[in-house]
Amino acid sequence: MSGENRVADLQGRLADAGYIAERGLSATLLLFTDLQRPLLLEGDAGVGKTEIARVLAQVFDCPLIRLQCYEGLDVNAAVYEWNYQHQLLAIKLLEQGKINPSDAEQQIFSKKYLLQRPLLQAITQPRPPVLLIDEIDRADEEFEAYLLELLSDFQISVPELGTISAVTRPFVVLTSNGTRELSDALRRRCLYHYVEYPEFDKELRIVNARVPEIGPQLARQVVAFVQELRKLDLRKKPGIAETLDWAAALLRLEVPSLDADPQVLLDSLVCLLKTREDSAGLGQFEVERLVARAV
Amino acid sequence: MNAAAFQGPADPGLAAALQGRLVEFVRLARAHDFHVGVAEEIDAQHVALSCGLTDSQRLRWGLQALLCSDRDEWERFDQLFDAYWRPANMHSGYQARPAAPVDRELTQQGERPGGQGAAAEADATGSAEGADAAEGGTREGASVGEHLATADFQLLADSGQMRAMEHLVERLARKMRRRLIRRQRVHRQGRRIHLRGTLRQCLRFGGMPLQLAFRRRCRRQPRLILIVDVSRSMSLYSTVFLRFARGIVNAFRDAAAFAFHTRLVPVTDSLRQSDLSRMRDSLALISQGWSGGTRIGECLASFNEEYARLLNSRSLVIIVSDGLDTGEPERLARELLRIRGRCRKLIWLNPLLGRSGYEPRSQGMHAALPQLDLFAPAHNLQSLQALEPVLTGL
Repeated sequence: MSGENRVADLQGRLADAGYIAERGLSATLLLFTDLQRPLLLEGDAGVGKTEIARVLAQVFDCPLIRLQCYEGLDVNAAVYEWNYQHQLLAIKLLEQGKINPSDAEQQIFSKKYLLQRPLLQAITQPRPPVLLIDEIDRADEEFEAYLLELLSDFQISVPELGTISAVTRPFVVLTSNGTRELSDALRRRCLYHYVEYPEFDKELRIVNARVPEIGPQLARQVVAFVQELRKLDLRKKPGIAETLDWAAALLRLEVPSLDADPQVLLDSLVCLLKTREDSAGLGQFEVERLVARAV
Repeated sequence: MNAAAFQGPADPGLAAALQGRLVEFVRLARAHDFHVGVAEEIDAQHVALSCGLTDSQRLRWGLQALLCSDRDEWERFDQLFDAYWRPANMHSGYQARPAAPVDRELTQQGERPGGQGAAAEADATGSAEGADAAEGGTREGASVGEHLATADFQLLADSGQMRAMEHLVERLARKMRRRLIRRQRVHRQGRRIHLRGTLRQCLRFGGMPLQLAFRRRCRRQPRLILIVDVSRSMSLYSTVFLRFARGIVNAFRDAAAFAFHTRLVPVTDSLRQSDLSRMRDSLALISQGWSGGTRIGECLASFNEEYARLLNSRSLVIIVSDGLDTGEPERLARELLRIRGRCRKLIWLNPLLGRSGYEPRSQGMHAALPQLDLFAPAHNLQSLQALEPVLTGL
C-alpha cells in the first residue's frame, strides 16, 4: 500500500473507532507506529489527547495500559512492588514445613509475589500494548528521568529478580497539559504533536459521530456557538468534551434550536463555562449575540 | 517497520543529494533553536523513507512530529519548512521578522560583550543555509545564552534579545526549583516509621520488626515573596524581573509576587496566567495611572498591614529595587525591620550594584542596609544565578 493510502486507511480506521482525526495527526500516528518512538501530545485540556491513546488501542486491537501521573508518583506505584503481606504469609507457612532455606528464598522472591504496576505490565505483554502516560507534567522531575531510561532501553531491573527486558515494545503515548516545563531530553526522545481545538467541520463531524440523535440543524448551531465562544477571552476555553456534554444536555432538555428558549439555554451553559469569572463575564446580551451568529 | 517497502529514488546520486538536503534541514532547524541533535538527523532519514520524499505534505507532517518539541517550535515549523524546501518563498519567511536586521547589525558592531559568543554565532551561521537562516539563528540557543548571561539587562537593545533574556530568566527560575527539590531529598531524614518499608526490610528476619524503616520527611520548599519595583527609574529592568517573578511564581507552589511604585499591588494571579500577552495586558492595567516618585517605605508598610500573614519562618522575601526613594528613610528602615522580624531571610537585589563605581549612598539604601540579610547585585543573569545557594541554604 502506498504511503498516501496508508494515511487515509488509518484515518478511516480511527473514524470507525469513533475518533475524527485530521490528516496531519493521522500521518503522525502512522509515523509513530513505523518508527516506534514515543509520542508526546500537548494541547489544551479537553481537546482529546487521552482519547487518541484509547482509540489507538482499539484500532490496533491491543490492551490499553494507563499510568496517571501525579505529584509524588514513585516506583512502587508506577513500576512494581513486592506483595509483602503475601510474602510474610508464605514465610510463616514455609516455617512449618521442612524446606531448604535457599529454595524458600527463591520462592518468596519469585514473580508470584511481584505486583505489576503499569510500566512493568506494559513491557511484559505478549502483544505490544498502548501505554498511555497521562499528564506527565504532573509527575516529579525524578520520575521523568526514570521514564527516560525506561523509554530508551525498555527494561526494568528489580534488584531481587534481575533485569526484566521488554517482550514487546509498547506504543507509548505521553500527554502533557503544560503545568510544568518538560525536560529537553524527554522532548527530544519523543515525536511531538500539538493538538489544536478542532475546526468547525471537524467538530461538527465529532458531534454527529458521538451524539447522533441530535440532528443536523442543532448540531450545526451547537458547534458554531462553541466555536464563537472559543474566540472570546475566556479563562478556560471549552474543549470537545464540553461540546459533547452540552450537546447531550440540550438533547436532554429537549431544546429544538438554540434560539428557542433563552433561559434554558443560559442554564445549560454550565456545561461549557467552568469558572466563576467566565460564567459571570458572559451575560445574557453576549449569549444572545452568540446565538444570533450561530443560528 | 516496513521501511523496506519504501526504497529511495533509484538514482543513487540523487538519493545521496536528498539525504544531504535533509541533514542540512535538520541542522537548519537546530540553528533556529529547535531542540534537535544528531540522532534526529538519522531519524529524519527514517521519516523520509517512511513518508516518501515526493509527498511534501506527509514529509512536512513527519518532520514536524520529529523535530518539534513544544508549541512554539510547532508553530514556527511551517515557516521554516517552506523557507527551506520551497525556493520561491525563501526570502519571505525570515526577512519578514521585524527584529532580524537589528540583530545582525549589533553582532557586527560587537556591541554586546563576550566576543566569543559572537564568534560562535558566526560559525553557526556559516554551516546553516545562507543569510536568511543566520538572522533567525542568532536569536537564542546555547552560545547566545552564555554571553547573554553576563550582559547587563539594560543594555539589551532590541526586542529579540529582550525576549531571549526573558526566556532565560524564566527558565532559570524553574531550574532553581528543580535543584532545590533535589537537594532537599538528599538531606532528608526519617521521623516517622514507614510500615510498608519496615515489613519489606524485615522479611529476612521472618517478619519480626527488628530493623525499622522511616518515612522520609521531605523538607518543605521555602515560601518566596518577590516585591518588584516598577517605577520609572527601574523601567529598564522591571520587565525582566517580572518575567523572573513569573518563573518563580509558576515553578514554586508557594510563592507570591508584588509590584510597587507609589503603591503596592499583588501580581501573583496576573503572572500565573499561561497566556503571555494576556499577562502583559493585565500588568499594564495594574500599572496604569501611577505617577510620582517611588515610596518604598509606604509600600512596604501596606505590605506589612495587608499581607504580613504571608510571612512565616519558611518565607524568603526578595525586594528588587534601585533604592531611589522619595519617602522618609526612617520609615523604610522601620518597615524593613518589621518584615525581617517575621521572615527567615530578607534579600535586597539592586540592579545598580552591578555597575562599576556604584555605592549605595542614597539615603533610602543607606537606611535599608543594616536591616538586610543580603544585599546583592541583580543586573545580569549571572547575578541571578548566584542567588541559588542562598535559596538552597534555607
